[in-house]
Amino acid sequence: MKEMFAGRDVIRILDFDREELEELFNETDEMLRYKKGKIDILKGKVMALAFFEPSTRTRLSFQTAMLRLGGSVIGFSEVRTTSIAKGETLADTIRMLDSYSDVIVIRHSVEGAARFAAEIAEVPVINAGDGTRHHPTQAMIDLYTIRRNFESIDGLTVGVLGDLKYGRAATSFIYGVSKYRLKKLFLISPPLLKARREVIERLKAQGVNYEETEDLEGIISELDVLYVTRIQKERFPDPTEYEKVKGSYRITASLLKDAKKELIILHPLPRVDEIANEVDRTRHAKYFEQASYGVPLRMALLKLILAGE
Amino acid sequence: MSKSERELIVRKIENGTVIDHIPAGYALHVLKILGISGKEGMRIAIVMNVESKKLGKKDIVKVENIELSEETVNRIALIAPTATINIIRNYKVVMKRKVRIPEVIEGLITCINPRCITNQPREPVTPRFRVISKNPLKIVCEYCETIMEHSEIIRQLIGE
Repeated sequence: MKEMFAGRDVIRILDFDREELEELFNETDEMLRYKKGKIDILKGKVMALAFFEPSTRTRLSFQTAMLRLGGSVIGFSEVRTTSIAKGETLADTIRMLDSYSDVIVIRHSVEGAARFAAEIAEVPVINAGDGTRHHPTQAMIDLYTIRRNFESIDGLTVGVLGDLKYGRAATSFIYGVSKYRLKKLFLISPPLLKARREVIERLKAQGVNYEETEDLEGIISELDVLYVTRIQKERFPDPTEYEKVKGSYRITASLLKDAKKELIILHPLPRVDEIANEVDRTRHAKYFEQASYGVPLRMALLKLILAGE
Repeated sequence: MSKSERELIVRKIENGTVIDHIPAGYALHVLKILGISGKEGMRIAIVMNVESKKLGKKDIVKVENIELSEETVNRIALIAPTATINIIRNYKVVMKRKVRIPEVIEGLITCINPRCITNQPREPVTPRFRVISKNPLKIVCEYCETIMEHSEIIRQLIGE
């Protein structure tokens, strides 16, 4: 039964079942002990970071995870200073990194880039975000945070708020959370930013009890988990439309007065102003806790992939 | 009127291919896939909207002196999934087969998502789609997961 992760690519949260996620979460529990320490289980292993798109949190947490496991890190975090700027293809860049490293972590603006890289590389490839599509390790962190705060994810009512059309974290979270038998899943967004067709078709096929709505206030009292994502201004053809939407989806203390006592609020961060600072002091705010699981979860994942059992 | 005058007269062909059970209205699309304009000189019969036990109404295309390559058959499957292909030699059907929609379609069509890896210039990648529904035909890009409808597939295959 073991070896579920050994040598495996991580392209989509969809590719992992609950049993596998449970193994990962148990390993993450273990890794919490080394959050600020070191455990030399990946000594001599090299992780290549191929970040074609800017990132701070994801890149640094992968890097920290590898260093705490005793491994080394190579790579780039912008294309300007690399041969990609000279016109090298993604395929050739991946072939090169494949020959240097034991695992490749890739972020790219092009959709399907991680899957393509995984087809080329012999070493495992981890998707750290491909365009608007997938961000599997973020979804793993999100699910782990819920698991830490509730006895079970089954039976919860979950809301996902914001840009569900272009947001890869939101999309991956929807895929991840619908592996569990939710009481209900609310997809809360302006009409322009509703979840993409392939996401909805998957929810239907899985028989998930979901509802698309624009009205956060109307359903806030039902939620156990609210996953907030940023709405980007540039997605709106009309700036006044954006201002309207932005206001209606701002999480404030007064909005939360009708919320359940147990409600937890998650956010993949960085946030701009979609969650008011006053909310940070409420019992609902779990986004900093969520962010703190980034390193231990990625440690657990790297350990399972590279060290096997 | 005699019986033969009341019926559409389409003579048997000596050698060639009969594509039968084409969904009604799609015969011209099939001809387009075959690359036939009518100016090539071979004898062609196109029968449209005739009664069919299986389909209600159907189209038939008969073309003399050609046999189809495997790739052409695969393209016809994507336009006319119900079609049957009969190869005629010396007035006899020597082979009869149904077209088959494959589980995976590789190379024949391109993804409609411009941000898909398969649409990036110079990357050595062949578009690949998984068939998620055969009737109506619906496919999903294996790289970016964009869903594509039959109408889009037809548009690409016949170049309109």
